[in-house]
Amino acid sequence: MVDIIVCAKYAWDVAEIKIDPSGKPVLEGVPRRISDIDKNAMEAAVNLKEKHGGTIKALCFGPASAKDGLKELLAMGADEAYVVEDPSGGMLDTAATVEALAAAIQKMGSFDLILCGEATTDGYTGQVGPRLAGKLGIPQVTYARSLSLEDGSVVAERDLEDAYITVKVSMPALVSVTREINVPRIPSLMAILKASKKPMTTWKLEDLGLSKEKLEEVSTLKTVKLEGFAVERKRLIIKEKPVEEAVQELVSNLLKEKVLGV
Amino acid sequence: MAEEKFDVIVVGAGPAGSTAAYMLAKEGLSVLLVERGRQAGAKNMTGGIIYSRIVHEVFPRFWEEAPVERAITSYNIVFLNGRSALTLNFKCPRFADPPYNAFSVLRAKFDQWMAGKAEEAGAMIVTGATVDDLVMEDGKVKGIRSGGDEIFADVVIDAEGAKSLLVEKAGLRGDFNPADVSVGVKEVVELPEEVIDERFAVGKGEGAAFTLIGGLQGVVGGGFLYTNKSSLSLGIVARIDSLMEKKVKVHELIEDYKMHPYISRLIEGGSIVEYSAAILHERGLRQVPKLYTDGFLVTGSAACLLINNLFTLRGMDLAVASGAAAAKAVLRAKQKGDFSASTLSAYESFLRENFVLTDMETFSRVPDLMDNRRVFTVYPELLCLLMESLFSVHPAPTMKAFRRLRELMKGRVGLFEALGDLFKVYRAL
Ligand SMILES: Cc1cc2nc3c(=O)[nH]c(=O)nc-3n(C[C@H](O)[C@H](O)[C@H](O)COP(=O)(O)OP(=O)(O)OC[C@H]3O[C@@H](n4cnc5c(N)ncnc54)[C@H](O)[C@@H]3O)c2cc1C
Repeated sequence: MVDIIVCAKYAWDVAEIKIDPSGKPVLEGVPRRISDIDKNAMEAAVNLKEKHGGTIKALCFGPASAKDGLKELLAMGADEAYVVEDPSGGMLDTAATVEALAAAIQKMGSFDLILCGEATTDGYTGQVGPRLAGKLGIPQVTYARSLSLEDGSVVAERDLEDAYITVKVSMPALVSVTREINVPRIPSLMAILKASKKPMTTWKLEDLGLSKEKLEEVSTLKTVKLEGFAVERKRLIIKEKPVEEAVQELVSNLLKEKVLGV
Repeated sequence: MAEEKFDVIVVGAGPAGSTAAYMLAKEGLSVLLVERGRQAGAKNMTGGIIYSRIVHEVFPRFWEEAPVERAITSYNIVFLNGRSALTLNFKCPRFADPPYNAFSVLRAKFDQWMAGKAEEAGAMIVTGATVDDLVMEDGKVKGIRSGGDEIFADVVIDAEGAKSLLVEKAGLRGDFNPADVSVGVKEVVELPEEVIDERFAVGKGEGAAFTLIGGLQGVVGGGFLYTNKSSLSLGIVARIDSLMEKKVKVHELIEDYKMHPYISRLIEGGSIVEYSAAILHERGLRQVPKLYTDGFLVTGSAACLLINNLFTLRGMDLAVASGAAAAKAVLRAKQKGDFSASTLSAYESFLRENFVLTDMETFSRVPDLMDNRRVFTVYPELLCLLMESLFSVHPAPTMKAFRRLRELMKGRVGLFEALGDLFKVYRAL
């Protein structure tokens, strides 16, 4: 039996972010979904539960609408879901996020294992997992590409890019997983139906003895500039020329831009 | 394992499915609405003009809350040839007042709104799940299959849109020829709201619609251009057999369109933000399958309910109307506690009462008219050339209009052929 908490971010779909004429990214109307790698974490949790039994709780610090995203995790196999409402609209740093998650985890009761993705698909800081382990004072294993339980301990293979290293830690522990660990399941219709009956709890910061002000205090990372980066097209049109000349011009431009190389 | 059972399962959260689910949930039935897209509307593309009066009957004053783009007050029919264009423009300020006439909509938003209405009314919506099959028992539909799951219902309403598989699984597909399918492509071109107001000479919140005839390399098909709030929907609908015959690809045709001076000026400065393609059935009544069987009803595009009479392309309003008619038929069946084909046959009479089938009958000759290639080639060309000739002044003796027309017709179309075509247009429209 293993009791698992999966931390998941309701992330912005970065592919949908547009840049306004003044160069600012427009976040309004950008769809959000559970960050991809957090789904790998959920899949890992479900695999462990299938093998060893236990419970899975999904936890998200995010907008109230994160409930829509958490439904997907419930359908994948979480037993319960918790949202801690972020009053800042996603503008707090990872220290504040960890503060909120830690407070929620303490209120949620005992656990054996916390799983999260190695990083989120929007911010990609990769800090929340390690910081959360620090805050809770439990061992952590980062970048796990495989995960199993052996006599009450976690055995994980870590991906260090130029090497793999297998480690074993006692529980409770926190493990952050990579995309390679598994392929997240696509929930079946029946699973989605059942998920709609599973409990979903929403907490305000105040329910956890926190406040917006308090989080702003720990949130020391300040955004000084938010700028879009667009790759402009060259918009070069060659026209009304004999074919030979036009081709020449095209080729010399492609060479100049190093699209073609000799 | 406990068996999951609903009163009704609706497959597909387009306008037809969401309407049916909304009306049934509102009456207290347990309804499951299954949509394979991530959200309702995620997979939907359409030219995007919804005729409002029929929708208003189901969702009274929907324009007050639904994400509509612009109320269409300027209607244009454009004949294209070479680099010239002849436009018939009709402006109707009355269409800017309730109940309006038509709105441009972007389906991603509009479909979500409608599915939201169904959910509010109490329907259970599951997105991201595809229905693969029907559960049948003794030839009767008993439920649906998705992945390995079976879910049961008294009635299944098929609202899958043009690519319906369930119609076949239920054994209802009628006279269906794959060559009778048309393909539609659409590009959404973003432009600032004020630029659109000015360029199309429309008031705030008002918009223009263009039906384009000709300019498609002789392919059987037509085009459309609609104004959204801050974008344009430009598209082409073409018959697949005709594309194959002419060996052109539909995206090449849309490129041709964008080069035509009439169109290039309208979209100038815009950036393409979306491209999509879909199929549709334009062959009218003849393609409509049997609409019901035991425990099963077919609605909207799944039932090939679409009217293209060259001026207007209507599908969404018919989808809403058919979803409503299906809901009425199911409510009656529920009252009787009998979901057999004979009770559900009331659906067809409801579809006559709300004019869906009668309108389809009225325009049942249009598809044959479209088989006549001259409609898409010779006549747009003739009209443009006639105009060119009428408006040009040369240092040479001039001719009266009809003589010019006869001159231009030479080698293009015979007089009797043309009169015959005119008569066909008269009969079809
Ligand atoms: C290019 C083009 C332009 C058009 N322009 C116009 C126009 O201007 N005005 C107009 O009124 N009509 C127009 N139409 C027609 C209009 O789009 C359709 O008539 C209308 O969308 C039909 O609605 P529906 O609810 O029947 O089906 P759809 O809108 O197609 O919705 C079907 C839904 O079912 C889902 N689905 C399908 N199969 C399954 C499954 N097995 N399991 C789960 N979910 C499933 C789909 O994802 C989809 O969301 C146009 C069509 C095209 C292609």
